[in-house]
Amino acid sequence: MKRIIVCLKQAVDVTQLKVDPATSQLLTASAPKKISDFDKNALEEAIRIKEKNGETEIFTVTVCSEDAKPVLREALAMGADKAYFVNDHTLQNVDTWATAYVLAEAIKKIGSFDLVLCGEASLDSFSGLVGSRLAELLDLPQINSVRKISVEADVVTAERTLEDAYETVKSKMPALITVTREINQPRIPSLMMIMKASKKEIVTWTVADLNIQKEKIDAKNEVIEVLAPKTERKKIMITGENTKEIAEKLAKALFQEGIIRR
Amino acid sequence: MGENKDVWVFSEKYDLTLEIIGKGREIANTLHTELAAVLVGSGVEKKADELIKYGADRVYLVDHPALEHFQSEAYLSVLHSLAIKYKPDILLIGSTKNGKPLAARLATRLETGCIPDCTELSVDEKGRLIGERITYGGNAVAKIIFRSKPQIATIPARVFKKLKLQDRNGEVIKLDVKIEEPKTEVVETKPLETSSINIEEANVIISCGRGLEKKEDKALLEQLANIVNGQVGNSRPLAEDRKWFTEWVGLSGHKVKPKLYIACGISGVIQHVAGIRDAKIIVAINSDPEAPIFEVADYGVVGDLYEILPALTEALKKRFQ
Ligand SMILES: Cc1cc2nc3c(=O)[nH]c(=O)nc-3n(C[C@H](O)[C@H](O)[C@H](O)COP(=O)(O)OP(=O)(O)OC[C@H]3O[C@@H](n4cnc5c(N)ncnc54)[C@H](O)[C@@H]3O)c2cc1C
Ligand SMILES: Nc1ncnc2c1ncn2[C@@H]1O[C@H](COP(=O)(O)O)[C@@H](O)[C@H]1O
Repeated sequence: MKRIIVCLKQAVDVTQLKVDPATSQLLTASAPKKISDFDKNALEEAIRIKEKNGETEIFTVTVCSEDAKPVLREALAMGADKAYFVNDHTLQNVDTWATAYVLAEAIKKIGSFDLVLCGEASLDSFSGLVGSRLAELLDLPQINSVRKISVEADVVTAERTLEDAYETVKSKMPALITVTREINQPRIPSLMMIMKASKKEIVTWTVADLNIQKEKIDAKNEVIEVLAPKTERKKIMITGENTKEIAEKLAKALFQEGIIRR
Repeated sequence: MGENKDVWVFSEKYDLTLEIIGKGREIANTLHTELAAVLVGSGVEKKADELIKYGADRVYLVDHPALEHFQSEAYLSVLHSLAIKYKPDILLIGSTKNGKPLAARLATRLETGCIPDCTELSVDEKGRLIGERITYGGNAVAKIIFRSKPQIATIPARVFKKLKLQDRNGEVIKLDVKIEEPKTEVVETKPLETSSINIEEANVIISCGRGLEKKEDKALLEQLANIVNGQVGNSRPLAEDRKWFTEWVGLSGHKVKPKLYIACGISGVIQHVAGIRDAKIIVAINSDPEAPIFEVADYGVVGDLYEILPALTEALKKRFQ
C-alpha cells in the first residue's frame, strides 16, 4: 500500500478580495476562502496516481489558525481518504518557515509515506517556498514545478518546465513534488462523493499535540505593510457609429497621449 | 573579513547574476560594506573577472566537474558551506525555477527567513533589508523584514538592471568544498522555444487572451505592432492551456512597463492585471461590456477584436502618413 500526502492550504480567494478605498488595506478577514488552486491540482494528481496504481491512501495536511473544515470536506469529496488539520490560533501570521515546520512535524506524526505533493505556490501569498522548505526539513529529494508525474514501484519520474527547457527527473521515493496548474484539470465532486465524504475522518491536532517547542516556530520574517497599489485609470469608453469611427477616435486619443511613435 | 556584514549574490543564470549585482552594489554601498558574487560551476573561472568588472568586490569561486549542471543538493551544499564559513549578512538569489527552491532550502538549513520574488529592495535606518513583493494575487504589495540572519531574498529576472562594465579590481577566492550527493537524477533535457525578445523593454505591447480563436490570428496583433514598433504578448491560458506560446504577461509571468498596453480579448482577471500595473496607458478591447479589464483601462472599446484591431491598424497607418 502506497501513501501520498497532499499539503492543502486554505487560501483567500484573491479574485473576490476587496480593498478599503480609504486606507488601501485589504479586507482579507471577510474574503471567501478556498483550497489554493495549485493544491487542488496536487490532490487531483494524487487521485489519478491512485486510480492508475491502485492500493494507495491519500491523506491531506492543512495548517491553519482559522476553521478550514468546510474546505477539507471538499478535498475528501474529491477523493482524499483522510484529512489532517493542524488548527491552532497561535498560528496566526505564521511565515513560511513556521508553516513548513508545523507541516513537517505533522507529517512525521502521520508516519510513513511515499510521496508528498504540494502546490508550486499558494494562491494568496504566492511565495512558492513552503514545499522546498518542507523537503529540506524532511530531508527528501525534491522535484519542483512539475507538469507530469508517473510512479513505478519505488521510483517517481516527473517532467518539469524550466525557463528555457523541459526536464525529466527521476527520484527514489519517498520524495516531495510541487505541481503547476497545467498538470491536470481538478475534478468537481459529484453529489454521491460529497455524501460519502461526510463519513470520512478529519483528524484535528493543535501545536501542542505535535510537541513543537514554541520558539521553534517564531517567525523569521515579519510583514510590516500590505497595501493595494494605487492605480488611477481614466476609464474612458470609446464609442461611435461604426468600427471605423471608433478606431479613429482611439488612434487620436493615443496620439494625444504622446505614447506612440513610428 | 566578512563577519556577518557582506552582501552576496548568486544565480545559476549568468545574466541574472549580473542584474542582481546591479542592485546588490547599491545595497552594499548604502550599508558601507562589500559585495561578493558566488560563482559555481565547471570551467567557470574565466567569468570571475567579469563579475568584478560588473560591480562585485569579491568572487567566491567553486569550480568542480560535479557542478557543471545545476543540481539541487550539490549547489545547496556549496552555498551552505560558504555561508557558514563567511557569514554574509544578505544573500540575494536569482528567482528561477531552480534558484527559488535552492534559496528556500538554504534558508531552511540556515534556519532563517526568505523573501521570495522581490520587486524592490531597500535598507532601513537600522541597516535592515526590506523586501517588497506582490501578494494576494496582485491585489497588494507587501513590505517584509527579517527577524533572523542571514537575510535571504530571491530576485526575478529583468527586475533590476546590470551595471556598465567597468575597469575595476577585486579579489577572487577559489575554494574547495564538500559536495553533497544528488538525490535526484535528470534523465532528459529538451530545450524550450522561448522568445528572444525582451518584452520588459518594449514601449508598446499588444496582448491577446482567450478571445483569440486561432494561433495564426496573432498576425492581427503583429500587423498593429509593426506600425507602432511594438511587441506582442498574451495571457497565461494561451500558453498553459492551448500551448500556443510559452510565455505570458502577469503575476506568474512577465511584469511589463510599456508606455502603451493594448489588451485584446483578455478578461482582466487580477493575476493578469498584476503584470501590467506599471503600464502608462492601458487600452482594452473586449466584446463583453462587463469584462473587468475595463475597470483598469484608460481607454475601453466594447467590440470584436477581429473588427477593431484591423480598423485601428488602418487608422494609425493613416495618421503616420
Ligand atoms: C496563481 C495564479 C497565477 C496566475 N497567473 C497568471 C498570469 O501571470 N497571467 C495571466 O494572464 N493569467 C494568470 N492566471 C490565470 C488567470 O486567473 C486567468 O485565468 C487568465 O488571465 C484569463 O485569461 P484570458 O483573459 O485570456 O481569458 P478569459 O478570462 O477567458 O477571457 C477572455 C476574454 O475575451 C473576450 N472575448 C472573447 N472573444 C472576443 C472577441 N472576438 N473580441 C473581443 N473580446 C473577446 C471575452 O469577453 C473575455 O473577457 C493565474 C491564475 C492563478 C490561479
Ligand atoms: N498552511 C498550509 N497548510 C498546508 N499546506 C500549505 C500551507 N501553506 C503552504 N502549503 C503548501 O505549500 C505550497 C506552497 O505554498 P507557498 O510557499 O505559501 O506559496 C502550497 O501550494 C501548499 O501545498
